[in-house]
Amino acid sequence: MKNKLFESRLKVVNAGLEAFAEALESNSVFTVRAIFSPPICGDSWQWSLINSKIGEINRANQKAAERVLAAQPFLTSMGKAIDMVPGMRKNLILHAGPPVTWDRMCGPMKGAVIGALIYEKMAETPAEAEKLAAGGRIKFEPCHDHCCVGPMAGIISASMPVFAVKNKKFGNWSYATMNEGLGKVLRYGAYSKDVIERLKWMENVLYPVLHRAIKALGEIDLKAMTAQALHMGDEVHNRNRAGTSLLYRTLAPAIIKTSNPAEACDCLEFINRNDHFYLNLSMAMSKASLDPAAGVKNSSLVYIMARNGTDFGIKVSALGSKWFTGPALIPDALFFAGYSKKDAAPDIGDSAITETNGLGGFAIAAAPAIVQFVGGSAGDSFNYTKKMYSITCAENNVYKIPAMDFKGTPTGIDLIKVAKTGIMPFIDTGVAHKDPGVGQVGAGVVAAPKEPFQEAFKAFVNLLKR
Amino acid sequence: MPVKTIVRKGVYFDSISLMRIAEKINSISGVSDSAVIMATKENKNIISSSGLLTEEIKKASDNDLAIAVKADDEKTAASALAEAEKMLAGKKEAASSNLTAQSISQAAESYEGLNLALISVNGKYAADLAFEALEKNMNVMIFSDNVPLEKELALKKLGARKNLLVMGPDCGTCIINGAPLGFANKVNSGNVAVVGPSGTGIQEFSCLLSNLGGGISQAIGTGTRDVKDDIGAITTVQALEMLVSDAKTSVIAIISKPPQKKSMARILSAANKTGKPVVALFLGEEKELTAGNIHQAKNLYEAALKSYCLSKGESFNFVREKIYNDKISLSERIKSEKAKKNKDSKYLRGLFSGGTFASQAIRLLEPVIGGVYSNIPSSEKFKLKNSMKLEKHSIIDLGEDEFTFGRPHPMIDYSLRKKMISSEASKKEVSVMLIDIVLGYGSNMSPLADLKETLEKAVKANPALTVIAAVTGTDMDPQNRRYLIEELEKIGVMALDNNYMAAFAAGEIIRDK
Repeated sequence: MKNKLFESRLKVVNAGLEAFAEALESNSVFTVRAIFSPPICGDSWQWSLINSKIGEINRANQKAAERVLAAQPFLTSMGKAIDMVPGMRKNLILHAGPPVTWDRMCGPMKGAVIGALIYEKMAETPAEAEKLAAGGRIKFEPCHDHCCVGPMAGIISASMPVFAVKNKKFGNWSYATMNEGLGKVLRYGAYSKDVIERLKWMENVLYPVLHRAIKALGEIDLKAMTAQALHMGDEVHNRNRAGTSLLYRTLAPAIIKTSNPAEACDCLEFINRNDHFYLNLSMAMSKASLDPAAGVKNSSLVYIMARNGTDFGIKVSALGSKWFTGPALIPDALFFAGYSKKDAAPDIGDSAITETNGLGGFAIAAAPAIVQFVGGSAGDSFNYTKKMYSITCAENNVYKIPAMDFKGTPTGIDLIKVAKTGIMPFIDTGVAHKDPGVGQVGAGVVAAPKEPFQEAFKAFVNLLKR
Repeated sequence: MPVKTIVRKGVYFDSISLMRIAEKINSISGVSDSAVIMATKENKNIISSSGLLTEEIKKASDNDLAIAVKADDEKTAASALAEAEKMLAGKKEAASSNLTAQSISQAAESYEGLNLALISVNGKYAADLAFEALEKNMNVMIFSDNVPLEKELALKKLGARKNLLVMGPDCGTCIINGAPLGFANKVNSGNVAVVGPSGTGIQEFSCLLSNLGGGISQAIGTGTRDVKDDIGAITTVQALEMLVSDAKTSVIAIISKPPQKKSMARILSAANKTGKPVVALFLGEEKELTAGNIHQAKNLYEAALKSYCLSKGESFNFVREKIYNDKISLSERIKSEKAKKNKDSKYLRGLFSGGTFASQAIRLLEPVIGGVYSNIPSSEKFKLKNSMKLEKHSIIDLGEDEFTFGRPHPMIDYSLRKKMISSEASKKEVSVMLIDIVLGYGSNMSPLADLKETLEKAVKANPALTVIAAVTGTDMDPQNRRYLIEELEKIGVMALDNNYMAAFAAGEIIRDK
């Protein structure tokens, strides 16, 4: 094809010196500034290898992303963890994020473990619980390795009730506990008497009520509900008010039909007072949607991001079930009165599964009510979402952002794109106090650390070499 | 002296932006030295000798921004750091009001019809971005240097296959469809296209032509290595071929150092095939090349004049007349400068920011005043042992790597040159000091304010000294040529808008005093 440069209107993309873009703009030349940041890892031969196979990688990522987009997650039932969760046993405690031993656990997670052991009546006092936890008889494993997800500390013990979410397209399941509300709660490491009592009430009252209601309804389409919540100002990670309202509206008639008025009233009021009740479901739904993307040959799609307050871990499609980890960072947050960054625990929770699924921080442009977390203006939130398109494989076919002309959210994080652009996945999140038992101290945003991606990149290159 | 440091983890700024900030900070009174760098191993090495490598910076890594300031007192250092932070923050604000994209590919997907990528990131990454741009069917200008040769070759081969221009790496100057790219001047549009590897050569040529009343259709920088046989003039030949069908171009000029053998043959053959008159300047080439449609020139001024004649349909007699008249018009001035000299006034000191200017001046002056010592000498005999220690007649190119490593280019940052002007001016043996000042986009935006005090002092310190400034620029440039020349003349500097004439004047003043 003939080069038509001299006959065309000059349109420039500038990468590098701002002064050059300014000169062009002052001469009325159409100029786009491409933001450049150097790759976060890889030497030139590693990148040549990647580049030589980029076609295969992209096709594999397309395949993996299509699986995510095709997911049909439904809330179908509830049950006790011991009966529902694969591999669950009495002396096992599941936690958020990648594997972590008792001695490396952060404050809030230790607190939640203590609470769970008291709740399970395996210990009577916190001191006893600590001794038991440190003793080796109690095993700790990641929620994610048992088809579960848990917010913040993410602790799940044997007798806790869980929601069961089925991905009807692929037949896989995921599980999550019921959200306890804000303030002093187990997931932030609180284990006082009222915390345990609330958990017991949830087990003995809330769970049977919800269980009957769900049975009566048959199933609840969580994907459709999430899509609607996005249209109503949620991004279903840091804001779940719309999702919770939609769920409430769906459940209420069934609860009233299947429970006595006093219990029905208590349970509905409990959900009503907890704007984050939907969070655990948006997480379980995301988990069920993403798991089928695992194990696609040559795919660099990230299907898990999770943190345990010590480490941040990811899993990558072609790299199977191996965790790649690095230190969790402290979020940039707005703090509740009386707290500051020095009180904050490092990033914690499985809730980054929402970002992995194209929600949460990736969909922040859908949630104008919480733009204070990202700079205060709607424009800031658009920029955050827009940036994520550079590191994802697809635009979502169901989750759409009204204010961006119903553009699909950026979905399916691509390890290679992250490594190449240095643009790190952006997570909006609650912030826990670093000491057990204090609870939430703020909410804000955090970029994923580079190390897990650098480690995964190395492994991915080695895989390609074979 | 206290050194204060800030390290910001996980951010990235291109080195030239950082150098501009360093330059600003260094100009704060009380600040004796500073570094604003990405904390790579190489950069840390560079600053280790200056005592700015604090423990904090030692620990920082490739993806961290490090700022260190050495100042008279803590307070000055702190306020300089605050200034640096302000400038870094300012960058972001500016970007948000403009069209942006996260990458070249994303830009191509979001905005229709992008046809040129201008790349000036660190050379380590420039080639990959250029491949990305070619993939998206854009022409590419790579301003960055330090791109591996094999990558340049691969880029140019791919470009040739896809019929896309790869201008660079190390391409300083282009003007495409009237738009200045990189270090370029605002010149008249016209019917002369210029092609070549020398950025400053193209700047001087396009300014001289424009100031004569001619104009430029396209200026296509090819990158410094294009005329080496490793590359084989791929871009030069491609540009010549494209200019054949460019209706706006009726004359073509080639401005280059002498190409290697195979490249020379290819260039001449392609030039011949254009069917348009071609003015060829291969600075330093001894062989006679004029034949058919090819008209050889021996220096930048002659190249501009010949192109002007061809573009306006005038005969080459004008070239001789014009140069003769220009010389006559300088004769009074030269006489009066010679009258200032005393028995000690002997030598020439040239302090250049443009390599092509330094090398042209050496070639013009050696036949008149004898051997000229340099860091880019005409023969090894005149190689300066230490480029900072000038002896006898000396001309140095401050744009060479030895001076620019870890420092902004001398066209932007005058600080080293100012130091050398001051120290050389105070020496009795120095009779003429010759400097170049390059205007236009990319260069120092306030050359007068930056140089005035130094030059005033130089002229006062040595009454027998002649300072000649050769200004490359036009009256449309943001720095304005005419204003600069008038102001320089007011402080006793002989200011000319022509490197050739400046070298001529220097030679006349020195010889047979």
